[in-house]
Amino acid sequence: MAKIETKDVNLFYGEYQALKNISIPMEENSVTALIGPSGCGKSTYLRLFNRMNDLIENVKITGEVIIDGEDIYRKGINVDELRIKVGMVFQKPNPFPKSIFENVAYGLRVNGYTDKEMIEETVVKSLQHAALWNEVSDKLSKSAFELSGGQQQRLCIARALANSPSIVLMDEPASALDPLSTAKIEELIHELKKDYTIVIVTHNMQQAARVSDRTAFFYLGELIEYDLTSNIFTSPKKQQTEHYITGRFG
Amino acid sequence: MSMLVVGILFIILGFIIIKGISVISWDFITKMPGDGMTTGGIFPAIVGTLCLIAGSMIFSFPIGVLSGIYINEYLRNGYTVRFIRLMTNNLAGIPSIVFGLFGMSLFVNTLGFGDSLLAGSLTLGLLTLPVVIRTTEEALKAVDDSFRQGSYALGASKLYTVRKVVLPIAYPNIITGLILSIGRVSGETAPILFTVAAYFLPKLPSSIFDQAMALPYHLYVLATSGTDIEKSRPMAYGTALVLILLVLVMNLLANALRRFFSKSVKMN
Repeated sequence: MAKIETKDVNLFYGEYQALKNISIPMEENSVTALIGPSGCGKSTYLRLFNRMNDLIENVKITGEVIIDGEDIYRKGINVDELRIKVGMVFQKPNPFPKSIFENVAYGLRVNGYTDKEMIEETVVKSLQHAALWNEVSDKLSKSAFELSGGQQQRLCIARALANSPSIVLMDEPASALDPLSTAKIEELIHELKKDYTIVIVTHNMQQAARVSDRTAFFYLGELIEYDLTSNIFTSPKKQQTEHYITGRFG
Repeated sequence: MSMLVVGILFIILGFIIIKGISVISWDFITKMPGDGMTTGGIFPAIVGTLCLIAGSMIFSFPIGVLSGIYINEYLRNGYTVRFIRLMTNNLAGIPSIVFGLFGMSLFVNTLGFGDSLLAGSLTLGLLTLPVVIRTTEEALKAVDDSFRQGSYALGASKLYTVRKVVLPIAYPNIITGLILSIGRVSGETAPILFTVAAYFLPKLPSSIFDQAMALPYHLYVLATSGTDIEKSRPMAYGTALVLILLVLVMNLLANALRRFFSKSVKMN
């Protein structure tokens, strides 16, 4: 059974249809890349999985979004609990104006954990998982804003991991970062794959090729092609896919 | 252009200082007025004004800040919000003497509080309420939405997000609203005219139902009434100076508070 899956999902912002009949299954502990030109719906699609689209007015969704066998849009689902299970990293690093420690601990405190030892342990583990521990172990009480962009993004990853999610959504996590930081993040994704299911939106096709197992190509709200990454990039089945990958448009 | 403004400020301040400094003394600040307002001090007026500042803050601040939070964080942008904003702006524009009349009618008469610190504080509180609401709203709007998104994505509720992320960032600017209100309350004469101010009281107010003297009204009294206006005139200037200094001190305290909050929220 797929870890996460959408079945015939349509999404409307008011009158405008942003997603048209998208059905994609994703395996556990895999990395799925969502590619496509700006405005094709890939970020909107990503935000289905932690229901962040709920925050926008006039959004209507039909179809099923299934995580671990359950439709997360059915009545009675606790959205806050869902968001613990499904973590998110945003395009522009958005650490809170708090200390590094408190940033990572935030999710734990939100969910009512008060055990000092447990929180400390989890913060350390999360920072290690996010490959940031060595750089911040001696300054946990310093402001998160003292970190560089790349470090801040890894901090945001650590913050998401602290909640022990099973799925991590990444919305162009490296697009605001320099090449060195980008490389670090990509390395990180390789490591994280062992423990998490990752869905990553990216504008950078080389990145998608480097990082993902499967790739979904979106265009104007439609899923054009979904296949193993190696197939998409070496022998795409649809002409549109080929055109996008070779840079004919986008 | 700005030099002109600064220049005007200095002229006014200088004028008051020169005319009033001769009267300033420890006695002036701590003693009661005597001899038909020609000698003594203005202590009761200082106490009265401080009480009114405190009283109006207690009323306008919690209600104003909570309203600002509700409007900006909980209401969906639509007719309701626009209507509330329209009403708030109108409220802010009502002349203060109208507030005074309203306060007299509602608090002094209908609710039976009589001329009192309570009636005066409530009236002044109403006066500054739109200012507090507006500055709170602006302070919250200035908080980047990416912080809220980050918090929601970690499973936090809206209330938790507002309490732990949005408000701490907005505190410094909300306190600006406090500063503005203090300045306003200290100097408003018309609203206190019919709700609390007394020409002279032999004793300091001992309960919220007592009348009180207040600096702006006392200034008026010294300058226009009294048994010997010429003799009282220096005291009027002294009162004006004390009033300005009081507002200055309060502003400095509030600014210190503002800086404290800026530091504790690690934005740098």
